[in-house]
Amino acid sequence: MENLGLIFAPLFSYKLLIVLFFGTIFGLILGVLPGLGPTTGGALILPFTMTLDPLSAIVLLTAIYCAGTYGGAITAILINTPGTPAAAATCLDGYPLAQKGEAGRALGMATVSSVIGGIASVVVLIFFAPLLANLAYEFGQPEYFALAIFGLTMLASIGEGSPIKNLIAGAFGILISTVGKDFMTSIDRFTFGINELTEGIGFIPVVVGLFAISEMLTQSTLINQIFNRVALKAVKLPSIDDYKKTWKTIIRSSGIGSFIGVLPAEGGTVASLIGYAEAKRWSKKPENFGKGSIEGIAGAEAANNAATGGAMVPTLALGIPGSATTAVILTGLIIHGVRPGPDLFREQPEFLYGIFGSMLIANILFFILGFFGAKIFARITLVPNKLLWPMIFAVSVCGTYSLNQSIIDVWLMLLFGVIGFFMRRYGFSVVPVIIGLILGELVEGTLRQSLVIFDGNWLMFLQRPIALTFFVLSLIALSFPLIKKKK
Amino acid sequence: MNDVHKEKGTNKSLSLFFKSSFIVSAVIIVISSILLYFTFTFDIVPPILNRGIQPATFPKALLILIIALTLLTYFISLKNPWKNEKKLPNSFYITLLSFVVFIIVSKFLDFFLGIALLSIIVSYFWGERRVIYLIMVSIIFPLIVFVFFETILGLRFPPGIITNLYYG
Repeated sequence: MENLGLIFAPLFSYKLLIVLFFGTIFGLILGVLPGLGPTTGGALILPFTMTLDPLSAIVLLTAIYCAGTYGGAITAILINTPGTPAAAATCLDGYPLAQKGEAGRALGMATVSSVIGGIASVVVLIFFAPLLANLAYEFGQPEYFALAIFGLTMLASIGEGSPIKNLIAGAFGILISTVGKDFMTSIDRFTFGINELTEGIGFIPVVVGLFAISEMLTQSTLINQIFNRVALKAVKLPSIDDYKKTWKTIIRSSGIGSFIGVLPAEGGTVASLIGYAEAKRWSKKPENFGKGSIEGIAGAEAANNAATGGAMVPTLALGIPGSATTAVILTGLIIHGVRPGPDLFREQPEFLYGIFGSMLIANILFFILGFFGAKIFARITLVPNKLLWPMIFAVSVCGTYSLNQSIIDVWLMLLFGVIGFFMRRYGFSVVPVIIGLILGELVEGTLRQSLVIFDGNWLMFLQRPIALTFFVLSLIALSFPLIKKKK
Repeated sequence: MNDVHKEKGTNKSLSLFFKSSFIVSAVIIVISSILLYFTFTFDIVPPILNRGIQPATFPKALLILIIALTLLTYFISLKNPWKNEKKLPNSFYITLLSFVVFIIVSKFLDFFLGIALLSIIVSYFWGERRVIYLIMVSIIFPLIVFVFFETILGLRFPPGIITNLYYG
């Protein structure tokens, strides 16, 4: 807690403020463009961050994360298409309210509840991340192995889509991480005689392929889609009456979002759906939901933005991503040579508290930019896909090539783009692949090192209380969908 | 009559093979099986140097897990069928084809030319007919990206007929 003062450090760094400003604008643009969003946008920007120092790079990515999550609401309310998956629940009441001629009121409530949710979650991050990191000091290799397994099973059970398909996708991600020289014995695995593969498959080709290129292929199937756009005059701050109706919902959803965010899953998307459902359950007028209820907008938006800070807790404290975008942020940390975990808290507090402070500022910035600039950002949706996606392709190709100056990386990116497209088409989420890829080395490394410690005795895992707890939690997580189905 | 019933029955069982759940599961299982075969070709570490498990053990376990889970998904799909996906439009196949064009052109002619060609193909077949926009998307924007990466990130693109002109 003695480091709390470091939170304000970004305020005194003009460089970080500039990065935050552009990150927030970029995040808003990405958020309003359906199909892009902070995850794909973050993946696209990753190679560019190599020109920045590690703190500026991560601040840029987190600003994109915070602003992009909010930006999705603008499109959800004005064209009934969520800019990001996390804004899907916002469409349910945002668009009907906009159709009634109250687009400004809907956007005002979305902006205010997003900011409150976002700031509440950063407070959760500031207090819980160090606590979790302290707990992680107790972890050895077996505990980290059990934790990584828990992370993957949680993703399968509470992420979007079929739990079994999520597990397959997660296992596929881990399998990708095994390509290249085995880190313990230097034996080639799945290299097929290709020299470039001996170093393994990089994060960037997989991330850009699975998110950006697969989305490009998805957009190629939707070229005749027409959006009905509701006109927006100006964003209006919520009235006293609106605050009276929604303050409880905002507080509740902020709590739900922060909690869901901490769990390794698809963060904002799940949080907003639960936040919306709970807002409806507790509402005095649940019959208004789906017809333009202001509580519905507040419930969904506070929750999805609250998930941003929550998802950063396991990402920074344990190196386990809490959501798809934090998986990209974690990739950013890794390629900048920063290893998240308890040591980071002890050795580089100024780095961490710089991130916390930047997230707070990003929330305030997107409030100002969203409030005064929503009308301009909404116009970005008018950029036709036939122009936008070829440009994104050019950036994706050059960005992927830039990291290792390898044409094989570009081909891999295209291959993963095609794989990602078919995965999404048949109901497999691509997020577990990324998380599996990130956790792959941790899972295999800790498993093999644990077995060395245990002299090959697998049962020794069960004699470690923390590891056993995570295994039990993993079993509960795996059986959760079955329990839910029976209910 | 009996023959007719039989034919109907045959069609029904045949249609099972054309269901997306069957095709997807089959593709995953075939690819995983091929990869599983490859794991048996990995070098084996002598016991004296081996720490923990063999390098092939972990990927083997993952592939067996993937195959088992895919079979489970398939059997679940027999009770709860997957939703029917719409037929893919021509624009999808053209976009996919443009990827192939990009790979061939960037490998044998020029990286930048590959991007320009893909951009013009995608933009045109997605409905853009205005020449000025096609030029903007296929030449001006890739040129900006190229110069940005070249100058700011200090990137050197692979040699090719256009890139060589730039590098002199």
